[in-house]
Amino acid sequence: MLEVKNLSKHFGGLRAVDELSFKVEKGDILSIIGPNGSGKSTVFNLITGFHEPTEGRVLYLGEDITGLKPHVIARKGIARTFQHTTIYLQNTVQGNLIIAHRLRTNTGILGAIFRTSRHRQDEKQCLEKAEATADFIGLYSKRLLPASLLSQEEQKRLAIGIAIATEPQLLLLDEPMGGVTDKEMGPLMALIKKINEQGVTICLIEHKMGVVMSISNRVIVLNYGRKIAEGLPENVAKSKDVIEAYLGEDYHA
Amino acid sequence: MNTLLKLLSNRWTLGLIVIALVCLVPIVITSKYWMHVFILILIWSIAALSLNLIMGYTGQANLAHGGFFGIGAYATALLMLKLNLGFWPALLLAALITSVVGFLIGLPTLRTKGSYFAIGTLCFNVIVFIAAERWESLTGGARGVIGIPPPSPISLPFGIVVKFSTLSGMFYLSFFLLLVTLFIKYRIVHSLVGRSFMAVRESEDLTSSIGIDTMKTKIISFVTSVFIVSLSGSLYAVYIGFLDPEIASHHVTFEVLLFVVLGGIGTIAGPIIGTIIVTLLGEMLHFLEAFRLVAYGLVLVLVIIFMPQGLMGGIRSLQQKIAARDM
Repeated sequence: MLEVKNLSKHFGGLRAVDELSFKVEKGDILSIIGPNGSGKSTVFNLITGFHEPTEGRVLYLGEDITGLKPHVIARKGIARTFQHTTIYLQNTVQGNLIIAHRLRTNTGILGAIFRTSRHRQDEKQCLEKAEATADFIGLYSKRLLPASLLSQEEQKRLAIGIAIATEPQLLLLDEPMGGVTDKEMGPLMALIKKINEQGVTICLIEHKMGVVMSISNRVIVLNYGRKIAEGLPENVAKSKDVIEAYLGEDYHA
Repeated sequence: MNTLLKLLSNRWTLGLIVIALVCLVPIVITSKYWMHVFILILIWSIAALSLNLIMGYTGQANLAHGGFFGIGAYATALLMLKLNLGFWPALLLAALITSVVGFLIGLPTLRTKGSYFAIGTLCFNVIVFIAAERWESLTGGARGVIGIPPPSPISLPFGIVVKFSTLSGMFYLSFFLLLVTLFIKYRIVHSLVGRSFMAVRESEDLTSSIGIDTMKTKIISFVTSVFIVSLSGSLYAVYIGFLDPEIASHHVTFEVLLFVVLGGIGTIAGPIIGTIIVTLLGEMLHFLEAFRLVAYGLVLVLVIIFMPQGLMGGIRSLQQKIAARDM
């Protein structure tokens, strides 16, 4: 469903992403792993339009989406989360989810001022979506609390909730397990699997290898912006290049 | 007693009571001086409310509001004097002209973020001031525009004629437009559109990642904001009857900014309360003359240090603290 072709991004002399090609198939849970600074987040930024690639193409459902604006790409059905948990801290949980569904409505400012039936319909649709999503991510009882009062793990779930309230077909998760305790990882992993079972294709960046091994059906390994391995999790873990990239050349198995 | 308290704590009843009380002001107050002060408060409240829309709710520090106020005022005056338009068509046309200018200025400046937007808009304000001063064939230059007529009377049913040449007529007209502004703002803030404004304020990256066109959102907020400030400029023009370039200057911008920041940025009532306090303070400090601006500056600095959310924000966090203690 997503095809990345010869994608490159240079920041000055630095090749953050270097002629990268890979495919995400419908229904995948694909993990992108690699040492710090290997260009993983940059790949997400290139796919979602936050950065413009130096070279290469991004095809989504057969359509070239290279260089489109982030909001246009989101409307096409690609949602993302950010490495640093990004939510609207000043708003309530429900408010966060309502605004996340705004893209599926289209009344404008005049509709708001005159409170047209169309606008009321849109508001109702967003509220229903927000409540359903709050329930789905297990925050229904906390939906009226300010997001700033949530725990780190709950904020992670809310960030994922915001992304799925946009009704994506492809969800890109940037370190969904970052900063949560081992005990909290189980429920988060279950949530990701549940989203996948609903028919959403998932691509995630993750450092915690236990998570990667148990959740993904395919793994891509990046190092210095290049793909050094791809395949089933258990095969990738045994790859010589991967061990070298992570541990250095002296650790040949 | 209990039901009375309950009734009073309801927003809408409280609002209606305040409206009724304000409507009584021209009947009770006989002093021309105080009527003049009240009318100015009403007019500047509209300007402050409109600045709060782009600055408080959308998070874009627009420092050209005095310029847009001036464009609205000058456009109204010139449309009435040079094209002999009536007040109401001039009011609407001036607001449209101001909106178009706002749109054209917003396109390049809203691409920038934070202080760059503030600097860009401030520069535009200076340009407006210079244009008002130097474009003599249009604006009359430093001599200004004189003889702007008051709105012509309107006849209501039952033989009631509302004259705007009187202080009370002007008071009701300004109050009416203030209520319209409040209504529009309330509706926007409590809608999906207002939610988009606040989303942009909190995080542009997150907002664009959930499919909202942040540039378009900022433009809509900016244009709506300058449309409304133009209304207050129109009122000022026909009330004072005279305009000089100073009314389009950045001094006006900073005064309106003070109203908003002191009253409470991003709150509905804050800008009005800020306008009342600063205007009354200004009247009391008349003897200071130019040093008044120093006093304003001092107040602004103190508010930003000790009460960054302004008076209304301060009251709100105090309420939350009390509520948290009671829990």
